Amino acid sequence: CANGFADEYVSQKISKTRWRPVSHSSLQQPDIFATGSWDNEDNKISFWSIGNNGTTGMDDGFEGDPQLLCEHKHDGDVLDLQFLDQDRIVTASSTGAVTIFRHHQNSQTISVSQSWARAHRYPCDNAPCTGVVCSSPEIVTVGEDGRIIVFRADQEGVVRVIENADSSTIHAVTYLRTSEILTVNSIGQLKLFDFRQQSNSPSQILSLSGDRVPLHCVDRHPNQQHIVATGGQDGMLCVWDVRQGNTPFSLMEAHSAEMWEVHFHPSNPDHLFTCSEDGSLLHWETSSPSDMPSFLQGGRNNSMISRSAMAPAGGNQSLINAWLSGDSSKGRLETTHMLPSQTLSVNSLDVLGQCLVCGTDGEAIFVNRQVPV
Amino acid sequence: MQNIPAASAGTHLGFAWGPGDILVYETLYKASGAIGSGCPCIHEVRKDEDIYSPILRKLFNESHHIFVGLQTIGEDLPSKNKKPQFVSISKNYRSVIRACMEELQQVAVSSKVADVATQYGNQVSILLAIELIWNLCEVLFIDAAPAGSLLLHLLDWVRLHKADVDEKAREVLQSESPAEHHDYWNVVVSYVLQGRLEEARQMLVKQATLQPAARSMYKLMDTLLSKMPFYNPGGTQTLTEFDVKWRHWHEEVDRCLQDNSFASNKHLEVICKILVGDEDTLLEHKDLLSTWYHFLVTRLLFCHPTVKPTELHYYAQSCLTMFLDSRSVPEPLDSILLAAFEFDIHQVIKDCSIALNNWWFVAHLTDLLDHCKLLQSHNLHFGSNLREFLLLEYASGLFTHHSLWQLAVDYFDHCPEFGRVYLELQIERVPLDTERKALKVLRICEQRQMSEQVRSICKIMAMRALRNNRLGSALSWSIRAKDAAFATLISEKFLQDYCARGTFSDLDLIDNLGPAMLLSDRLTFLGKYREFHKLYGEKRSGEAAKLLLSLMTAKIAPRSFWMTLLTDALPLLEQKEVIFSADQTHELMFCLEELTSLNTTAPGADGPMQDEDTELTKVELLRLALARNLARAIVKEGTVEA
Repeated sequence: CANGFADEYVSQKISKTRWRPVSHSSLQQPDIFATGSWDNEDNKISFWSIGNNGTTGMDDGFEGDPQLLCEHKHDGDVLDLQFLDQDRIVTASSTGAVTIFRHHQNSQTISVSQSWARAHRYPCDNAPCTGVVCSSPEIVTVGEDGRIIVFRADQEGVVRVIENADSSTIHAVTYLRTSEILTVNSIGQLKLFDFRQQSNSPSQILSLSGDRVPLHCVDRHPNQQHIVATGGQDGMLCVWDVRQGNTPFSLMEAHSAEMWEVHFHPSNPDHLFTCSEDGSLLHWETSSPSDMPSFLQGGRNNSMISRSAMAPAGGNQSLINAWLSGDSSKGRLETTHMLPSQTLSVNSLDVLGQCLVCGTDGEAIFVNRQVPV
Repeated sequence: MQNIPAASAGTHLGFAWGPGDILVYETLYKASGAIGSGCPCIHEVRKDEDIYSPILRKLFNESHHIFVGLQTIGEDLPSKNKKPQFVSISKNYRSVIRACMEELQQVAVSSKVADVATQYGNQVSILLAIELIWNLCEVLFIDAAPAGSLLLHLLDWVRLHKADVDEKAREVLQSESPAEHHDYWNVVVSYVLQGRLEEARQMLVKQATLQPAARSMYKLMDTLLSKMPFYNPGGTQTLTEFDVKWRHWHEEVDRCLQDNSFASNKHLEVICKILVGDEDTLLEHKDLLSTWYHFLVTRLLFCHPTVKPTELHYYAQSCLTMFLDSRSVPEPLDSILLAAFEFDIHQVIKDCSIALNNWWFVAHLTDLLDHCKLLQSHNLHFGSNLREFLLLEYASGLFTHHSLWQLAVDYFDHCPEFGRVYLELQIERVPLDTERKALKVLRICEQRQMSEQVRSICKIMAMRALRNNRLGSALSWSIRAKDAAFATLISEKFLQDYCARGTFSDLDLIDNLGPAMLLSDRLTFLGKYREFHKLYGEKRSGEAAKLLLSLMTAKIAPRSFWMTLLTDALPLLEQKEVIFSADQTHELMFCLEELTSLNTTAPGADGPMQDEDTELTKVELLRLALARNLARAIVKEGTVEA
């Protein structure tokens, strides 16, 4: 397959793909990933292997082609999926349920370890649970009902509920610090919640001045806890400094349709990956002479004149038009389309080490084992 | 099969078909006549099983990818240069079919359940037939090989679809003494029948070593086999030259036959007769040929290798008749292949449509042929052409699938006449269970400027949000649809909430409306009113007062709310410090008068007397406060600063 991608058609539309975490001590590349499907009569979660470490034992098939290890039925669309630890994943379902599945490596089976049905709900209807994030054993979920719920794995009940955290749908959540989370919603706001506080209101609200464009994804910089990147309905990539008030650091035109996921590379944060409804997967790479990545130096992308992003106090460069100017004295920002040809929406991506996996609405999974980072 | 309890209770049921399901409802009619035991179940006859098969789904997805790629092949290239591209696309389609077939075969073989194995086995044979037909169409129509190359392509075609020869050969070669294997001669003859003379020679060598006495005979056969000319399309030899050479060789073989050179060895004699193209000998080996089209190609190979495309159908018809016994009837596959040999594309498509239960094959093949400009415009009675008709049928079938509907959108896009209409009708019926799905459907509609559908979908989602009291979500949907009316509805709800409870709910939304505020007047009022409360809370009374007044004078506030606004003004009027200027107070009084005059002209009080009383008291209080404020304001403004 072109560009180093191995593809596999899997007869289900993939909504989420996540690499199983590798232990920090070993220098191994990831070899197992989990996927969740959506829009099927019978949805499934599945575990796959790309045979990096000789785990498959399958002779045929292209080396690098994902091989199915095991799968399990899932009630409702898988709207989010995260690894809790090496053996367990948590899923967020369109029925409002939050479930922990355990992957038994020896027998290659999956069993339901714990389930909270109707965790997110309306008084007389189901409310989809849209996002989940975990820091074992704590699990935080958000949903269309505007609730934020905190669970603990291995504990039956719910640890804490923030009712009416939002009057609109919360689309994604991420940890800022061990006791602070950041959510994004469908009226374009980022809200910080501090769990150490008793009150249920957000400690901070940030939003773009201008149109209230719904935000769909958020990711925190691996090393700098106050930097987050968001993507939304208009396909714009925004990078925010949470300490610095109400406007984003930089805005970049990324995609022509909804951006579904944004990820900083966990060990190489100069690289950023985004995927979108328009069927493209972009790899953002920055190289600047200074030690701060250029898209953190703030400023306004030349083509976005209608936006009003203030020049922040910390940055002194005014423009990141890196891929137009090619000026090496300022920071350079390179964007590459990673997928070989036009596909249906790329719903999810995950990157770890040198491996990238993504899933599409064309019922295909793409794996790249030589991501240039 | 579904059990309907109501039916067993004797009620009369009606039904209606939906795009993918059936609606059953009770009617008012009484079941007349003898009430026999009604069957409480309905049998759902599924029209198209294939789209629900997980392995076949891969076929649909992969071919969709190829289809979209085909549509975007540059129009700037002249047709001549496009042919290799079309051939390569055709090969892509075929490899997708093959991959699917192999997977099905694996599952069929490894399945322990008999039913499943048979079902998969059936699907495998259907796919085999499809690939066979497609391959032939590629050779004859798309590649359109001329005489000379035509036979070579047909040979490849036959070899590809007769894989058992290699299996048998493997078996024979792996045995202890291949030359004595019972299938040995079958393999050699099969090789010859397929024109694989090199391999035949290699096999014969094994026999030759066993029979040193007949060495010369084997040597002769080897020579004949090695000297058979094959046309080389890329070479310098013209077709005529090749024909001459071939005739020479043919005469030589015939001479050997007349000389009885192989009379002592019946196997070699048979091979010689085949090489000379003797029909009876060929027909004696029906079991090895197994199909009439193999017979056709072999016959052409040894009788007329320079066959022209236009001559094919004579040979095809006669071969079919010769091969089939008088008892057996040609199968649908046979008539389809025959139609292909006759270059009757329309007949091929028509027969395939009838024979297969799914439009996949005919839709994609016809589309490819249309791109090769091979289809005459064959107008059907409702005006669209054949390609579009088939694509529409196929895509409509996809739309009934809960998941594959997304593929259908691209197919509709490439049907210029009716595609858009079909899409508009179908897209509204996609069930929207989650916001995520609604967003995807909306994106599809927005990209195609289907504003009606956008509005309708946003309204559905907004109503649902409103019903669940998710006012922020509802507002977000109405912003997307630019639906002012709905935004007004939502603001009304907020305001009603406020009047009922005295506080605002969902402050995070109202405080951060931004430019969305301008979507509807009521929404603007809501935002401004909340701003007033904030200003008041921050003790910025002057600004608060100005804002409050402007809400009424600029007619942003609805009349019904004026009383509340005026009541809100009371605390500002009662403050020690004078906040409203004289002019402002005059305006407030004017507003109050406007309000009360309207009320008095209204017909008699329907409400309880108590309400009337409180209303009157309020008005009086206001009048008093306003008067006092006016007095103080006049004094303050008139005072000269010392």
